[in-house]
Amino acid sequence: MSETADRVKKIVVEHLGVEAEKVTEDASFIDDLGADSLDIVELVMAFEEEFGVEIPDDAAEKISTVKDAISFIDANKG
Amino acid sequence: MFDLTGMSALVTGASGGIGSAVARALAAQGARLAISGSNVEKLEAFRAELGDDHVALPCNLSDGAAVDALVPQAVEALGQLDILVNNAGVTRDNLAMRMKDEEWDQVIRVNLEAAFRLCRAAAKPMMKARFGRIISITSVVGATGNPGQANYAASKAGLVGMSKALAQELASRGITVNCVAPGFIRSAMTDVLPDAQKEALTARIPAGKLGEGDDIGAAVVYLASREATYVTGQTLHVNGGMAMI
Repeated sequence: MSETADRVKKIVVEHLGVEAEKVTEDASFIDDLGADSLDIVELVMAFEEEFGVEIPDDAAEKISTVKDAISFIDANKG
Repeated sequence: MFDLTGMSALVTGASGGIGSAVARALAAQGARLAISGSNVEKLEAFRAELGDDHVALPCNLSDGAAVDALVPQAVEALGQLDILVNNAGVTRDNLAMRMKDEEWDQVIRVNLEAAFRLCRAAAKPMMKARFGRIISITSVVGATGNPGQANYAASKAGLVGMSKALAQELASRGITVNCVAPGFIRSAMTDVLPDAQKEALTARIPAGKLGEGDDIGAAVVYLASREATYVTGQTLHVNGGMAMI
């Protein structure tokens, strides 16, 4: 697993208070991890801070799984 | 009770009558303030009066970009933002049939849109902190209407609806969103009214007198306090009984 994936998973576990085993790359934030829309906003804010990337609203709307977040961050971090 | 030590607050329209009373009340409870207003001289003089713990952030609230920059400026200056008081407001009174587009737009832009922009920006640091107090100063007129103030009444009623929506969005993050609705408050504007008109005004108020800026300051302090943690989406009417809603 990449370094980005590890850090993303850590943020998700801390923020949503879910068990680490549940945070697979295919897990959907809302359907599998119990996040609501406000949680997604907060996760995006946390990713932006952790990785120093800016995640615009239209990109944030497309992030529904853990893998979506990792891919976006890997493609856009400096 | 109601100790605000260690908390930071942004107050718009802080050099005005109610705004300055609100700012003084928050500062008296220990909050550090970023005071905002459009009259730079008046604002700086008021900041000097409040003391060096506080900062002045002049802002023209009809300029969207300037409004969007205000919360980040306050966070930068104060290190955090716990309390936002949307107090700034303007009037452009006219009978609806004679009301110009500009009169409508200006009032909605400053009283309602600027408040929304500030709430949107403030939600971010407050969400991170899992604590926040957003208080908008609306008006009895937002609940009762008033001839000649279709724009102003709409903007003030708009603040109430907006606050209720925000209150629901943010409640789970420790952020409360409320309004304070003053009735007739003594100010430079009411001081110049002829005695006969003042009497007619007070005749409609069960308390038999106009309110003071401090009455509004006390209501804001309560809603800003940690003790008011379970109060959200509400409008606290401070009007001497003139409208019981």
